[in-house]
Amino acid sequence: MRIITEAVAGSLESSDLLVKVSPSRDKTLEIYVTSDVIEQFGTQIRHVVDDTLKRLAVTDGLIVIEDKGALDYAIRARVQTAVLRGAACKELNWEQLS
Amino acid sequence: MEKGQINNLIQELSAQCPDLGSLQSFAGAGSNVLHGNDILQNRRRKLCASLEEAIQRTGLEDGMTISFHHAFREGDKVINMVMGTLARLGFRNLTLASSSLLNTNAPLIEHIKNGVITKIYTSGLRGKLADAISHGLMDTPVHIHSHGGRVHLLQTGEIKIDVAFLAVSSSDVFGNANGTRGRSPCGSLGYAKVDAGYARQVVLLTDEIVAFPNTPISISQDRVDCVVKIDEVGDVSQISQGAARTTHDPRELLIARSAADVVEFSGYFKQGFSLQTGSGGSSIAATRFLEKKMISNGITARFALGGITSSIVELHEKGLIDVLVDTQSFDSVAAESLGKSVKHLEVSTNEYANPSSKGAFCDQLDVAILSALEIDTGFNVNVITGSNGMIRGASGGHCDVAAAACLTIVVAPLIRCRIPTVVKRVTTLVTPGESIDVLVTDHGIAVNPARPELDARLREAGLQVMTIEELYNRAVSLSGVSEPIQFTDRIVGVIRYRDGSVIDVVRQVKGCLP
Amino acid sequence: MKLRRSMLFLPGSKAAMLSTAFVYKPDCVMFDLEDAVSLREKDSARLMVFHILRTDAYKGIETVVRINPLNTPYGLKDLEAAIRAGADAVRLPKTDCANDIHELDAEVARIEMECGCPIGRTKLLAAIESASGVINAVSIATASKRMIGIALAGFDYVIDMQSQRGDGAKPELFYARCAVLHAARAAGIDAFDVVYSDINDDAGFLKEVELIRHLGFNGKSLIHPRQIELLHNAYAPTEKEVSYSRRVIEAAAKAEKEGVGVIALDGKMIDAPIVSQAQRVLQRAEASGIRR
Repeated sequence: MRIITEAVAGSLESSDLLVKVSPSRDKTLEIYVTSDVIEQFGTQIRHVVDDTLKRLAVTDGLIVIEDKGALDYAIRARVQTAVLRGAACKELNWEQLS
Repeated sequence: MEKGQINNLIQELSAQCPDLGSLQSFAGAGSNVLHGNDILQNRRRKLCASLEEAIQRTGLEDGMTISFHHAFREGDKVINMVMGTLARLGFRNLTLASSSLLNTNAPLIEHIKNGVITKIYTSGLRGKLADAISHGLMDTPVHIHSHGGRVHLLQTGEIKIDVAFLAVSSSDVFGNANGTRGRSPCGSLGYAKVDAGYARQVVLLTDEIVAFPNTPISISQDRVDCVVKIDEVGDVSQISQGAARTTHDPRELLIARSAADVVEFSGYFKQGFSLQTGSGGSSIAATRFLEKKMISNGITARFALGGITSSIVELHEKGLIDVLVDTQSFDSVAAESLGKSVKHLEVSTNEYANPSSKGAFCDQLDVAILSALEIDTGFNVNVITGSNGMIRGASGGHCDVAAAACLTIVVAPLIRCRIPTVVKRVTTLVTPGESIDVLVTDHGIAVNPARPELDARLREAGLQVMTIEELYNRAVSLSGVSEPIQFTDRIVGVIRYRDGSVIDVVRQVKGCLP
Repeated sequence: MKLRRSMLFLPGSKAAMLSTAFVYKPDCVMFDLEDAVSLREKDSARLMVFHILRTDAYKGIETVVRINPLNTPYGLKDLEAAIRAGADAVRLPKTDCANDIHELDAEVARIEMECGCPIGRTKLLAAIESASGVINAVSIATASKRMIGIALAGFDYVIDMQSQRGDGAKPELFYARCAVLHAARAAGIDAFDVVYSDINDDAGFLKEVELIRHLGFNGKSLIHPRQIELLHNAYAPTEKEVSYSRRVIEAAAKAEKEGVGVIALDGKMIDAPIVSQAQRVLQRAEASGIRR
């Protein structure tokens, strides 16, 4: 899935996260994660983000995440939403999203 | 009698009893008094025109120990102001012994950096100051003590206060002071009373000088050296902010309701029982749910102890709690009640919780409902550090009350923004698991295996009792397993148990301040 | 016999609520993708609900997804998300006639087939929010084997009726409540009453609960967690009801053991409906104790 436009999903409320995606200029995938719980769950958050992007076949783009202590399910949902919005994708491939 | 005749009397005494020979003979009414002979001037002798004058009169020197109290909590205007003045006057190498420090005390960072403060004793640290200290701001580790334990350290002489700077809501010119009159009533002066007793020099700061004699007398004139009028001692509206707030969060209310259920079926819910609710939304709110149970069971409490809140006062005014024993008033309603109800007592922290006091109220306590940042599967409690290893709380009366009460209930949400409260091992040990009887979370209740009879009673009553391991597993299933915090070897804090012993240390966290 | 007293509404877009609301132990949760979610957030909320349902956070609680109507661009996608994530039931808003349920039923069956889940696993609830819905309640309630309940939604209904919501005891919902309840009972499914929106008015809430409990509603849709305990307690049987019900069950057991066709208690004959009523009372007592 190609990110063709800037998009945002989620919020900065507690237990949520804000995901911003934008197209990459040099066809690389850059991921930045900040989190209130980075010391305790940084690795796990990064793992969920990577896995979610991989399933969506996102290979390039800029992904910026501000996490406020969201659980994994919310991280998946918000990353998927931001990517689908950024890719202007209206069809849902449930295999990719599962 | 002539002077010569009096001298003869001494000689006579000396002949008969040689050890009385060193007594002095009378030399006039004004010859030996400390404060000069001008009677009218004497009455106002403690009043200082400025804080600087008071500091100068106390004889404060570099390297000495100064103290404060935190009854104004987040609204305190005195600690930062006095420290700022001391820094400006060029004092260095001071030991700061404040009963606690809060978010509002971030300006102290500069004074530590500049060498004005080099050692700290406190019950708690929060906000930017706590972050900085967690990151190694100080060369000497901070001593974290409990409220009762602080008095113990004063008794043993480990803390020797040279000058106590005590904010009071009103004082007369002679130093009779209280926290109930004046325009900024903070309520109980439980901490200040102790410092007034132990400090070598006592400076009162107030924004309200009232006519002599001020009543009631919480701090007495015979303990006070200087009185200084300042513009504002504290913003009382900020007292109930932070840890002492009233909650509307449905999850905290759920926990509070469960805690009240635990009290009801614990076996300690009897006519004439006593209770304490600590700071934190759920434990303060538990009172509301206990009220219903007290009414429907026809039970009243003999006394409520500790930090007193408006919800406790409400029960007192409804006749459900006979006596309020108040070492710190958590809101303006409590402060007001202290001023008007004869059965609302103001007690020092020595009377409240000092383990080496001749009589501490906590020793008579039945039920305590306390908060926690972390509790481990051995029921050990951390109220000091967050799970990221940074200092962000206060020891308070936690270990004092937990050790003394018949039933100690810890209330906490199982997970706070992904961070589990129930862990394998607490980041910092403040209150040992042997003092904790029940944990109440939003996911269920766990009873310390050391209390099988309590476990049975609560299960019998149909409460949602599970093991603490089950709660731990529940937390992990929702949040995942957290990574261990990275610390350096350097110790930045020493956790003192109420008897003065060292129960744990806090190490510097790795990395820099953001 | 599943207890469905409380159905807690959770806005599908609110992470903090989705991540914690199971602790309040409602009988059912309803993840809302419809009115509580703005048009801009429909896609995000749908995925949030999809993923929370795939965890076991709400284990032990019946999960319901309120989808957008099928004639909107969101309805079918919502339905896919709900079924593929394994929601127990789908709640259709603004149900006006049996055909709305027939259409939904067909789509549910198609999706169940496509995703390989057992056909018939996903249950349906119909929310009735209009005069025609109330008139058609009987045919709606019986429109599908998947139907487990119908819920009255008061807000849209009173507007349709050119009336307005008063406090719980006012008569504006009288006919609709009775009609919906009769339809549910005739169809052998559950009936849910409207939400009570003033979350700070416990007394008003309890007054309304008392009314609908007496009418015979199984329960009520709720918008705030603190209403759950109030509702469950109001639905809990009294000490007297419990002890009587125990004796009824004992008498029934004794009659069966002795092979006697007629059950007698205190010299009075007890018939089957009284026995099942007694079972319901004991079940509620089991779930939430004795009324306090």
